[in-house]
Amino acid sequence: MSAVPFVFLGCIDLKEMLPYEARDVRELLEVIGRVPIESLFCHTAAALLHRSALPTGYPNDFAHWTGLAMGDQRLAERLAAIDPFESRSLEQMREELVATISDHLQHFPAASPSARAEPFRFFQAHLVPVPTGHQARTLREFRDALAEVDLSALFFHLIEARYRLSRGRGDFAEWVADALERPDVAERLAAIDPYSGSLERIRDRHLTLLTAALDEGSR
Amino acid sequence: MTPTVSSARLDDYRQVAPRGAVDLLLRLSERLKGRRLVNVSGSRYRGLTSEVLNRLVPILNDLGIDASWEVTIGNSDFEGITRTVGRALTGTEQVITDAMVGRLRDVCAENARRLRLEADLVMVHDEAPLLLVESRAGESRWLWRCHDDLSSPQPQLWNVLRPVAQRYDAVIFSDARFAAPLSVPRFVIYPSVDPLSERNRDMSRAEQAQHLDRLHVPRDKPFLLQVGPFRRSHDPLGVINAYRLVKKHHDVRLVLAGPAPGGGGGDVLAEIQEAAGHDPDVRVLVLPPDPQTEMNALERGAAIVIHKPLTVGFGIDVAAAMWKGKPVVGSLAGGIPNQVIFGVTGYTVETVEGAAFRIRHLLGNPELIGRMGAAGREHIRRNFLITRHLGDYLALLALLTK
Repeated sequence: MSAVPFVFLGCIDLKEMLPYEARDVRELLEVIGRVPIESLFCHTAAALLHRSALPTGYPNDFAHWTGLAMGDQRLAERLAAIDPFESRSLEQMREELVATISDHLQHFPAASPSARAEPFRFFQAHLVPVPTGHQARTLREFRDALAEVDLSALFFHLIEARYRLSRGRGDFAEWVADALERPDVAERLAAIDPYSGSLERIRDRHLTLLTAALDEGSR
Repeated sequence: MTPTVSSARLDDYRQVAPRGAVDLLLRLSERLKGRRLVNVSGSRYRGLTSEVLNRLVPILNDLGIDASWEVTIGNSDFEGITRTVGRALTGTEQVITDAMVGRLRDVCAENARRLRLEADLVMVHDEAPLLLVESRAGESRWLWRCHDDLSSPQPQLWNVLRPVAQRYDAVIFSDARFAAPLSVPRFVIYPSVDPLSERNRDMSRAEQAQHLDRLHVPRDKPFLLQVGPFRRSHDPLGVINAYRLVKKHHDVRLVLAGPAPGGGGGDVLAEIQEAAGHDPDVRVLVLPPDPQTEMNALERGAAIVIHKPLTVGFGIDVAAAMWKGKPVVGSLAGGIPNQVIFGVTGYTVETVEGAAFRIRHLLGNPELIGRMGAAGREHIRRNFLITRHLGDYLALLALLTK
């Protein structure tokens, strides 16, 4: 049992439109280079907050728009491969986005979009953290609480903590390693890939892993 | 005037909201207890704004937020002017005189003296009370909640009203596509459906059958449904043509249901009835006033719901159908593409032929109807229920007030 409980926080996000938009791939390149970094977070890592468990295609908004509104599948696939969870920082991810689009445009000059194509509108997300009322002192309590909390708690502790609040491998792995002194479990939690899936699937993977760890402990 | 609002408790939504969502709202509201939120609208009864406030205000109070709902009052000329201004703001050319704008200004100033607007946050809904902000005083934060599509307002009018809109601390639009350029922060908050309302509550098969029988909708074969006003903007003739293309391959019915048309709309209804001809499998249903129960039963009874307006606001009726587990074949108008995930919860289409093709595809692969319907219901549960809407309003209160 840990002396320091894990307190689960969820969050509610509000989307604010920024005064930037792009009507074709060239404009997208230009605007990505200068929008606030918060906006890139909103359209990549934070897209997970509302990503459906359903197979909706591309994992970030840039790839989604390029593929569907611009009809440029090749670029969409390359943008989809830029994993915000692998980039060392959001600024590095910006560089990757710019480099990818620039390289693509050198080889495949952007076709004119159709008149009906919707522009890409840039947003930023304001997150309001909210206690869920759940906390845990043991691995079992942690697993049980994780099964009950609002999905936004997974976003807050895994994505927001890691990428905007710079909290190491995310709050779950850090607490399990430090407070429960289970670096083996922490290692496995940190290795769960948040990029290709929804928060529901990420919760399922956490629960499976934690249940297995509890089973190992009881043997 | 503070309207009477319906009673509802947040706990009632545990059975339908996403797991953990109600607890999150309860915790957030604890932080905000005692904050004062005043909503102001131009009507108690009409439209989406009233439906939403009717539900949200009592729940907010139940949560300890000091929420109220004020309604502006003006003479019939004021109501006529606000309707004209509303049409102009959504891009239909109107004649707007300086005297009309002056009248709006005067009536709002009169209302500002009369209404109780002392609050931490004043949320002004739609165009009728827009100019109230000219009388703002004190420390309150002011928001304009614009439900309409403001992407192409009539320029002369917008030149006058844009500086007014910019006196608010922020403006909330229902869809990014509806937003006008403004120098103040612009938020996007989608509308929502109330899963416990008469329109959306659970309904047993026996009750559905009873209502469908009363409406003379036979249950011997699947039916396609479009619910909406009998107006050309909702393309009822296009829907009939799509049905005819489908009918060559599948033995289905078409039900077109809507409220009795208002002034001048009778011609369109007559056209629809003529187009339906003597096909016994097309039912044109003029629904009784406030047909919430009837629409609920029709949507639950339908195999596929069509929503094919040429122009529309957000089109939250799509979410109401999806909540009942129905795949939707919809147009690209308004907020429909935000609700229908192409190929997952239904299809968005641009043409009559496209609608017919997608409907045929669904009828030819009936397992898809169930799968897309279930996916649609989950999509609505996560993104378009009133609990999400409540969370957005609480978050605004947390972000903008201290």
